[in-house]
Amino acid sequence: MMARAVTLALALVLMAAIAFGAPYVVSDYMVRIILLIALNSIFVLSLSLSNGFTGVFSLGHVGFIGAGAYLSGILTLTVEQKHSLLPHLPAFLNWFSLPFLPATLVAGVLMTLLAVIVGYPLMRLSGYFVSVATMGFLIIVNVVLINASDFTRGARTFTGVPLDTSLPWVFGWLAVTLLVLWRLVYSPFGRRMKAVRDDTIAASAVGIDVLKTRLLAFAIGAFFAGVGGSLYAHYLGSFSPVTFYFAMTMNLIAMLVLGGMGSLSGAIIGVISVSILSELLRSVERGFTIGDVTIPALYGASQIVLGFIFILIMIFRPKGIMGERELSLGFLNSSAKIQFKQGEVK
Amino acid sequence: MNDSHSAMFKLQGLQVRFGAVRALKGISLHVNQGEVVALLGANGAGKSTTLRTISGLSRPSAGNIFFAGQSITTFPSTKIVRLGIAHSPEGRRLFGGLTVAENLRLGSCSRSDTDGIAADTERMFSLFPILRERRPQLAGTLSGGEQQQLALARALMAAPKLLLLDEPSLGVAPLLVKHIFEALAELKRQGMTMLLVEQNMKLALKLADRAYVLRTGSIALHGSSAELLSDDRVAQAYLGAAQ
Repeated sequence: MMARAVTLALALVLMAAIAFGAPYVVSDYMVRIILLIALNSIFVLSLSLSNGFTGVFSLGHVGFIGAGAYLSGILTLTVEQKHSLLPHLPAFLNWFSLPFLPATLVAGVLMTLLAVIVGYPLMRLSGYFVSVATMGFLIIVNVVLINASDFTRGARTFTGVPLDTSLPWVFGWLAVTLLVLWRLVYSPFGRRMKAVRDDTIAASAVGIDVLKTRLLAFAIGAFFAGVGGSLYAHYLGSFSPVTFYFAMTMNLIAMLVLGGMGSLSGAIIGVISVSILSELLRSVERGFTIGDVTIPALYGASQIVLGFIFILIMIFRPKGIMGERELSLGFLNSSAKIQFKQGEVK
Repeated sequence: MNDSHSAMFKLQGLQVRFGAVRALKGISLHVNQGEVVALLGANGAGKSTTLRTISGLSRPSAGNIFFAGQSITTFPSTKIVRLGIAHSPEGRRLFGGLTVAENLRLGSCSRSDTDGIAADTERMFSLFPILRERRPQLAGTLSGGEQQQLALARALMAAPKLLLLDEPSLGVAPLLVKHIFEALAELKRQGMTMLLVEQNMKLALKLADRAYVLRTGSIALHGSSAELLSDDRVAQAYLGAAQ
């Protein structure tokens, strides 16, 4: 526990250093990659709460991200933009414009409420059933975003969102996400989440309210999904419903599964590995020359290689890179080593 | 025979259906304070279903469950545990990804008396010393016998007034079965009320005061353990022979 706290504190210091120092040290291109890694970390961490720790494998998480992005986008457009881009926006929305932070908080809170409403029937389901049902939620969100064109411009690009998302904003929210989830996952409530994940019937038998536990995990995850959606909206500036659909879902799930489903540091390590790998492979696929040897461009090859790497990791580390362990400075706490071995046996 | 009106726990005409299948066809039984009652019968007789229905994991289609003077038939499982009925389910069902200590802690998650929980944890460690050694180990890595002891201890951590035990000898090495039943006998001496489901008839009747024999969802026989031990019809109920 001690070692974990120290590791967490170091991670926060490191994050602050990157957030404020990176723009002076590395190129704009690298800054963009770092920002996306931090943003995806918020997405994958919030996803890990239900999918990893509670055993509710949701495919609907991106629905909350997308709805949060649109909501925050609509709230932050200037009044003039609203009149020109969204002329049919109902009167209660078109006379004001919110700053970035309140809009982000509104997105988070409304996604939490939405998750409670959606989760109340869905969180009774287990296994594949909850996956398919939450995928249904994602599809509904997508169709609503496309058809509620008075609010979203439909399938056309939603544009004009102020580009407020900077490194300090993303890292600030990442720190909040990490701290909140850390407190939650390693608390009595976190223990109940894992109990529900390991055995629903046994969890009921010892008196855990399975529905309430799942619903809370789902709703808190949705809060940070909404917040992350808002950050993403203000990073992209313009986006459309297809931005928040199956491609993004698969990407986040791959990062979570590769990093390890029961580990917060695993979630972040999953994001970092996938992001760095795909960037590296993408630069290689443009073709390069070493001495006399010229490797021609092989567009698309990076995706194939990435796919192979996923397969290899799943074969050799089926529980992901971290499994259920946390990245920890083991020398501070010898029990970390014991946990490592037990993780392997299981 | 004991008077069923003053019983601490009572089933009245309990029926359970799974779709078209009638798993329980109207079961009535009672358990008195401090008594150990065994529920015997062949596979599929409805023993586990009875326990699951008592603890709120399955819902009855008819009948009533009374505990400490009130009907708990429609209560959710969380409330039933809080009232004092703990269930050690069939197949142990531990939280395999959590440690022994965490499993015990979860057993007491319906309670809030920190001191009592700590004292009970100590009690579990003296009742099952192996658990103390295995405290930081993941439950999924324990042997069958150790897992069964943990499952028992986890149920006891709820500080129950009535303990429902489903097949405590299942998948456990004979030597450890003996150890587990010694622990149960010790609990009985301390006054724990138990409803025990067990395949091993002799073992169950040695521990229990009374027993009911279930056959395909109905009670075929009941009586004191001494009576049933010498009754050939008990064996017939197991083998499914004609009356």
